[in-house]
Amino acid sequence: MAIKKPKLAVFKMSSCDGCQLSLLDAEDELLDVLGGVELAYFPEASSKMMKGPYDIGLVEGSITTPRNVEEIRQIRKDCKILITIGACATAGGIQALRNWKDTREFTKIVYASPEYISTLDRSLPVSSFVHVDYELRGCPINKYQLIEVLNAFLNRRKPNIPSYSVCIDCKLKGNVCVMTSQNQMCLGPVTHTGCNALCPSYNRGCFGCYGPMDSPNTSALASQFKQMGYGKFDIMNIFRSYNGYAEAFRKESEANEK
Amino acid sequence: MKTLDKINLEKLIGILKQENYTVIGPVIKDGAVVYDEIDSIKDLPEGWEDEQEAGYYRLKKRNDNALFSYVVGPQSWKKFLFPQKLKLWQAVREGRGFNIENSNSAEPKYAFLGIRSCELKAVFIQDKVFDNGMFADSYYNNIRKNIFIISVNCTRAAGTCFCVSMKTGPKAKNGFDLALTEVINNNEHYFVLEQGSEKGTEIASKLETNDADDKQIKAAEAAVKNAELNMKRTMNTAGIKELLYNNHDHPIWSQIASRCLSCANCTMVCPTCFCSNIEDTTDLTGNHTERWRRWDSCFSLDYSKVAGGNFRTSVKARYRQWMTHKLASWIDQFGISGCVGCGRCITWCPVGIDLTKEVENLRNSPKTINK
Repeated sequence: MAIKKPKLAVFKMSSCDGCQLSLLDAEDELLDVLGGVELAYFPEASSKMMKGPYDIGLVEGSITTPRNVEEIRQIRKDCKILITIGACATAGGIQALRNWKDTREFTKIVYASPEYISTLDRSLPVSSFVHVDYELRGCPINKYQLIEVLNAFLNRRKPNIPSYSVCIDCKLKGNVCVMTSQNQMCLGPVTHTGCNALCPSYNRGCFGCYGPMDSPNTSALASQFKQMGYGKFDIMNIFRSYNGYAEAFRKESEANEK
Repeated sequence: MKTLDKINLEKLIGILKQENYTVIGPVIKDGAVVYDEIDSIKDLPEGWEDEQEAGYYRLKKRNDNALFSYVVGPQSWKKFLFPQKLKLWQAVREGRGFNIENSNSAEPKYAFLGIRSCELKAVFIQDKVFDNGMFADSYYNNIRKNIFIISVNCTRAAGTCFCVSMKTGPKAKNGFDLALTEVINNNEHYFVLEQGSEKGTEIASKLETNDADDKQIKAAEAAVKNAELNMKRTMNTAGIKELLYNNHDHPIWSQIASRCLSCANCTMVCPTCFCSNIEDTTDLTGNHTERWRRWDSCFSLDYSKVAGGNFRTSVKARYRQWMTHKLASWIDQFGISGCVGCGRCITWCPVGIDLTKEVENLRNSPKTINK
């Protein structure tokens, strides 16, 4: 059968490459993925770079430079379905920590000739600039979830990617709650699941790598942290990390800033 | 009634294993008592008890060798009867059609050692949910029909227990094969044994037991009474259905929602909550598909997502739904309350929301409608 396979493109904005690597890391499934799609553009994997339009575009990274802005607008035009992958693309990433500071001050300190640096004041998610069809969370993303999204697209079904709290996955695994039994700060109750409760499975509170869950009550969690004996500085810091600029986490860290 | 010593309790585990039971009992894992497979009484939490309050759980060393002085932990027995994740069936494409294959031919044979009275009640409640004639759940019933139940009566109450109010404990009255009450007096350490079924009597006949004398029976009764007398929490259940039905629009729901994380911990630890989600998966080729059942919760937003929208978007609506179902509409649906007073939802709520207090607050509020 000569059915034309959908064309897949993988793009990178400002990021560490970890999320797009998770596609190559899917060794056991990669051949099946390639059986279903044509890898049309993926510079990290292949020097064969086909021109658009593409059927699916995966975008990693946040928008931090004027060039990123131009690129993402072109990518949107080139892709029928645009999926952003990872904390940078969906929430601005760890580099969004600069959003609370003066970027020009940073460039002066870091670079000998800051006049050559062209950057935006803030690191923002792709969805701040163009319409995004689907967001896959995580820092980094879970490769099985990425395959699930591609799989669902190929089989024309809804991806099984729940948006509830990490707590549900802890309970499905039989983990004992580290907040209730060990007095640890844990972002699990307000964090989007996807990592299969990785940190609590090793007796450590959740850092919130997958960003806010579908209905995060961050202020109730923060007041519990206070009751457990943690100070505002600790609370600001735990909310301000990989997904610190995601709205619910940003507001809570700002509420505990002073 | 008989008495049994520790040596014969060990023997009991051995006999059950010989009869091909997988023996499940309390074990310590990551600072809590959980239920898992055991080989010997050495696996039991000897000399430990639990301290529980709203949003708080710690294990504490005792100064004796009690095996069953903990109360209940974060898990319940439902994970064995109603597993967290279960493949229901799979299908494989064949030509223009497909073949459906059943994935669950295995019928595990469990012996539950240490099931508490409230937990046993929770199993009866889940029986009504899953073993209800026309809509009987074969996966549940295939496991349920084989279990051998050794109940252990509580001799302590945790800070979050309220089984007395719910009339579910602390002593198991029926539904067990064997029931034990642990007695530790001065230098004596024994278990008063009751037989609740023919199978229980048959297994007990293989053990070396003595007839319990009056003093021993009284000591066991006093130990259970101790749990009852030390139970601090209560829930007034008089007219609770009307209380909840009449106060659907009470401001209390918004107050609770301001604290509720909608994280679903309460429903996951609850021994009677039975909600699940069905997921269909495919492999990349689309030639193989599987249908999975996974625990879900009325607190997750997607749970109430239907074609056209979501009918419980606010956390207020979700908490109200949970509590009203658990304490009121459950009675209309199954003829019994959905709450057994085990206190898990109070202990394991990360922010310590206490449903007994919320019921009390609703009862005492001047804005409450009493019809």
